[in-house]
Amino acid sequence: MKKFLMLLVMSALFLSILAGCTQGNTSGTTKNTDTEKAEKEDVNGEPLKHAFIFKNTGNPYGEKMMQGFEEAIKESGGEAILRAPDQPTAEAQIQIIEQLITQKVDSITLSGNDPDALQPALKKAMDSGIKVLSTDSAVNAKSRTTHVNQADPEAIGRIQIEAISEMIGGKGQIAVLSATSQATNQNLWIEYMQKELEKDEYKGLELVKIAYGDDLRDKSVSETEALLKTYPDLKGIIAPTTVGIAAAGKVLTDKNLAGKVALTGLGLPSEMASYIENGVCPWMYLWNPIDVGYAAGYTAVELVNGEITGEVGDKFEAGRTGEKVVVEDGDGTQIMLGEPFKFDKGNIAEWKEVY
Amino acid sequence: MSTNMIDSTLPVNVEKKESKLAKIGQFREIGLLAFIIMLMIAVQMRNSSFLTIENMTDMMTNTAILLILAVGMMLVLVTRGIDLSIGATLALSGMVVAQFVSNHPQTSPLVAILMGIGIGIVCGLVIGGLVSFLGVLPIIATLAMMNIYRGMTYMVSDGKWISSYQMPENFVGIATSKILGINSLVVIVIIVYIVAFYFIGHTRTGRQIYAVGSNPESAKVTGVSEKKIFLLVYTVMGGLAGLSGVLWVSKFASAQGDTATGFELSVIAACILGGVSIAGGAGKLSGVILGAMLIGILNNALPLLNVSPFWQKGIEGCIILAAILLNVMVKRGVEQNNLLRRRV
Repeated sequence: MKKFLMLLVMSALFLSILAGCTQGNTSGTTKNTDTEKAEKEDVNGEPLKHAFIFKNTGNPYGEKMMQGFEEAIKESGGEAILRAPDQPTAEAQIQIIEQLITQKVDSITLSGNDPDALQPALKKAMDSGIKVLSTDSAVNAKSRTTHVNQADPEAIGRIQIEAISEMIGGKGQIAVLSATSQATNQNLWIEYMQKELEKDEYKGLELVKIAYGDDLRDKSVSETEALLKTYPDLKGIIAPTTVGIAAAGKVLTDKNLAGKVALTGLGLPSEMASYIENGVCPWMYLWNPIDVGYAAGYTAVELVNGEITGEVGDKFEAGRTGEKVVVEDGDGTQIMLGEPFKFDKGNIAEWKEVY
Repeated sequence: MSTNMIDSTLPVNVEKKESKLAKIGQFREIGLLAFIIMLMIAVQMRNSSFLTIENMTDMMTNTAILLILAVGMMLVLVTRGIDLSIGATLALSGMVVAQFVSNHPQTSPLVAILMGIGIGIVCGLVIGGLVSFLGVLPIIATLAMMNIYRGMTYMVSDGKWISSYQMPENFVGIATSKILGINSLVVIVIIVYIVAFYFIGHTRTGRQIYAVGSNPESAKVTGVSEKKIFLLVYTVMGGLAGLSGVLWVSKFASAQGDTATGFELSVIAACILGGVSIAGGAGKLSGVILGAMLIGILNNALPLLNVSPFWQKGIEGCIILAAILLNVMVKRGVEQNNLLRRRV
């Protein structure tokens, strides 16, 4: 028995070491951009430092957002610090936030991996005079000054239900394939989808299941396959997440279900090009991540300059994206970018090269 | 010698009585097999679409990559080592091959597979060299190389994904095509296992791997080169990870920088479930197949069971723990019986 217990303890220890190994990495990629002409400078004569933290590295969507952010900061003459952890966890982002506080940056813009877990770290940043705003995936109202919303969540929920209803003729079972069950933005969109489904015109639609593919290829594939088997009469799948919609597109293509099960949602044009062209996904949506990062960059600059305070009613010019107004969002405030962009057979060929 | 003498003097009926039971009893992974069957029945009772041909095919193709990697991991574990870098090697090989075929759409699928294996072998050789010639602990060497290979994947890809429209038809076809009515992935798994079965059980080098793992000192005395064996197992592991990289990218029609992050843990879990000893020296292909199948069944069945996503991970952990406990207990019983029989 003693030997047996030892074995158990050993394997438990071993597994915890392994877990530590994979999650402890927060080095990430750091790119510092020095601008040639530093017009706006802080008291010490150095350019203002604006930091951006994305969810994780190696995500082309995040890369585009960072590109837009960098562009906006450059236009204002500041210095952009772009960071992202290896793993999409809140712990990894907290470490980066701590580092940025030590670096004494002027603003932190982030796409949060958890709405609440980052609060202590972000509070600390705000207490030390750093302007904090979230974009893409929001953190709670207490841990930010304002939030830059890629598109109106109500519009995203509504548009996807409209799309699936049109694709399947307003009648039949539908399912949602989301990212993780903790993803703030996905959960909010799904909430609005459910509200939209309560309307009379969608009486024929029945939402049978919300599945979570965790934004992993293999899990998303298993979840899609399980949906098809558990609900043989399934008519449509809404996947408001990049990896999920592409995995579902692949499964439906392999099973020759084009025209039988309709797919829509939010996806990357490059990832979805094949499935839009072969008819599995008649059309889908996404906003322009470059514009999201760009508008977030402008908001950060205006906040640091003191032009806006993040209160409801504040107005400012966000470069080429035009005038933006701060509006209410639950307990906090946010800035909206408008409706998402539609990708279909007509325009996918030109967009698949972009991102 | 003496045991033989005594054995032969035993009454015949006793031997007969034992033989049937003993044959099953000697199969150490019997507990795991029983557990898998019970689990399958339980899942089938909750969702009748579980035991259908379609679902079984899906499950086999989804578990194929895990099965391939588990063979290599078993060899590494048998030599008292561990390889944490395989997820990263898989991603690197997948990414490089995906980039190559997207630039050269004429590439034959076989060339793509061989290229992936080649990249994997190089990755494995580096680790093998670190472990055998520089004497770096396997867990440290592979942890370091894991980060290096993962970083290289991001560097090679520049953070971009290779999407399905960039991949030629015949490359994506590797994972979806059929050979003699069986999915190619499953065929590749069968080939890998036949080769592994022959190599492990019927070649001198194969047996030397076990010798090094179970008793390094006496292996050395008998003239087995420990360095050669270490180099070999990590290279084989790398080659299999490289192969898996091509299959993964072809199966999901997309290459990402973070492909298969953390997948090494599933592979190690499959091996340990299958009775491969972390302490080295012990491990059977039949056990590894069962271990990988159990993980495959869990991945396939949990979405079918309609359990809350909050519980899914917890349930998965509990089932794995229960399987290990049952297997360990049954195994101890079997081993005790074997010892008892020897003493008679």
